[in-house]
Amino acid sequence: MFYIIQQTLNALQLGSIYALIALGYTMVYGILTMINFAHGDLFMVGAFLCFVAATFFHMSFIPALLLSILGTALLGVVIEKFAYKPLRQAPRVSAIITALGVGIFLENFTLALNPYPRFIPPLVCNLTWTFGELSFSLLQVMIITLSVILMLLLDFTVRRTMVGMAMRAISWDKSVAPLMGIPVNRIISATFAIGTGLGGAAGMMYGLAYPVIDPYMGIMVGWKAFISAVVGGIGNIRGAMIGGFILGAVEILVAAFFPSTYRDFVAFALLLVLLIFRPHGILGKPHAQKV
Amino acid sequence: MSRPYLVVSELSISYGNISAVRKVSFRVDEGEIVTLIGANGAGKSSILRALSGLIPFSGTVMFRGTDLGNMPPDRIVALGVAHVPEGRGIFGNLSVLENLRLATWQRKDGDGVRRDLDRVLALFPRLNERKEQPGGTLSGGEQQMLALGRAMMSRGNLLLLDEPSMGLAPVLVRDIFRVLRELNGEGTTILLVEQNAHMALQTASRGYVLETGRIVLTGTGRELDADPRVKEAYLGK
Repeated sequence: MFYIIQQTLNALQLGSIYALIALGYTMVYGILTMINFAHGDLFMVGAFLCFVAATFFHMSFIPALLLSILGTALLGVVIEKFAYKPLRQAPRVSAIITALGVGIFLENFTLALNPYPRFIPPLVCNLTWTFGELSFSLLQVMIITLSVILMLLLDFTVRRTMVGMAMRAISWDKSVAPLMGIPVNRIISATFAIGTGLGGAAGMMYGLAYPVIDPYMGIMVGWKAFISAVVGGIGNIRGAMIGGFILGAVEILVAAFFPSTYRDFVAFALLLVLLIFRPHGILGKPHAQKV
Repeated sequence: MSRPYLVVSELSISYGNISAVRKVSFRVDEGEIVTLIGANGAGKSSILRALSGLIPFSGTVMFRGTDLGNMPPDRIVALGVAHVPEGRGIFGNLSVLENLRLATWQRKDGDGVRRDLDRVLALFPRLNERKEQPGGTLSGGEQQMLALGRAMMSRGNLLLLDEPSMGLAPVLVRDIFRVLRELNGEGTTILLVEQNAHMALQTASRGYVLETGRIVLTGTGRELDADPRVKEAYLGK
């Protein structure tokens, strides 16, 4: 029993991080129908910003979190302006290849500044509660709580505010949205800011939970989050959240019953199987391509 | 009436090497209903798209003394130009109410927005019945009403209408035109693009006939409706 609760907590922790990153993929896809393959590397930048904040500026948890979120959000907006916006009328594949290039640039830029793996000092006091065999840390509780709060905020923004309505409208028809008086470019910037900011927050939390970070840490985690977004239904916000938690649960389950080296294999197998039977994901709707 | 309202001079539009509209000049006075008619591909929709800033053009467009050249579409909406695009442009994933509220993006007067919302829902009871439904579930006629409702919500002073009769049963077309006359009676100026020339010319005070990107005829609605050359413009010579 304790064992199950313990594994559920682990799954929630990993899943909430995947879910936060998956949101960035799905939001950008929803509004621009492109996959921002640099997103995993923006997650890595979030972790490094936290490292810089904690090591050089001795910031505490909240200021470091704000720096990670705002820093990656700004970087996301700048990348969209200079790398993706000029390609908005180009075939989608050009933008996707550019995104891959931006990702490699971010990895190598970080590598050039800092060639070594780094250790993020603990920003959350090392408090652990133990009930019998069950033990969970303050950090674990904070990661899950904070992720859920961020996701609820996002869900509210998208469903209830004018900005969220504008995002949904643009994802439906980009050409009509400006006729409603919507400043489309600003909404796209806002989407990138929110999406990459959530990725940055995830990077920081991941860095605190698994404290050794390196410039390539975003690649595999980014792929996993991308799988989460596809599993949930790419373009669908609640789908991305569900997909993240599913993937977190699958990975913890696999690691619990099989050698942990099977983890990634199962994650990618899940994607392949899903693509065969439900290519539009769990919550995604099959959508006829508009001409 | 003497103050220039919408003055379009030497408007040209091209898509790559293909020129769609060639040096078209026309004007719309405040309070008028003016129609642009012509066959498919004559450039009618392109003109509306240029006026609302969606596509680049050469020539000048002055709206109430403001040059619309190089102005982004959202600022043109803020000036009071409401464009109901071809195919109505309803956001199928947004509810009817959300579609209406979204059109008030540029407005800051919360009270006025609420009053206008009540007015639109009273004018179109069908929309009121379906206000929580996604726009995509509405019928063609209801979508056209929603599109007009959105234009009212944006406080459009100049209404650009692209083929409001398209795909609608005759009885619905009459309804739509009745609403247009009502809006016009309340002071909205209307520039109407139509393939249904007869209906448009009966409603409009003046009209321009477009043929392959040029204005070939102009006159009052009644004159054009009776002119055999209008039919020719449609059928080709």
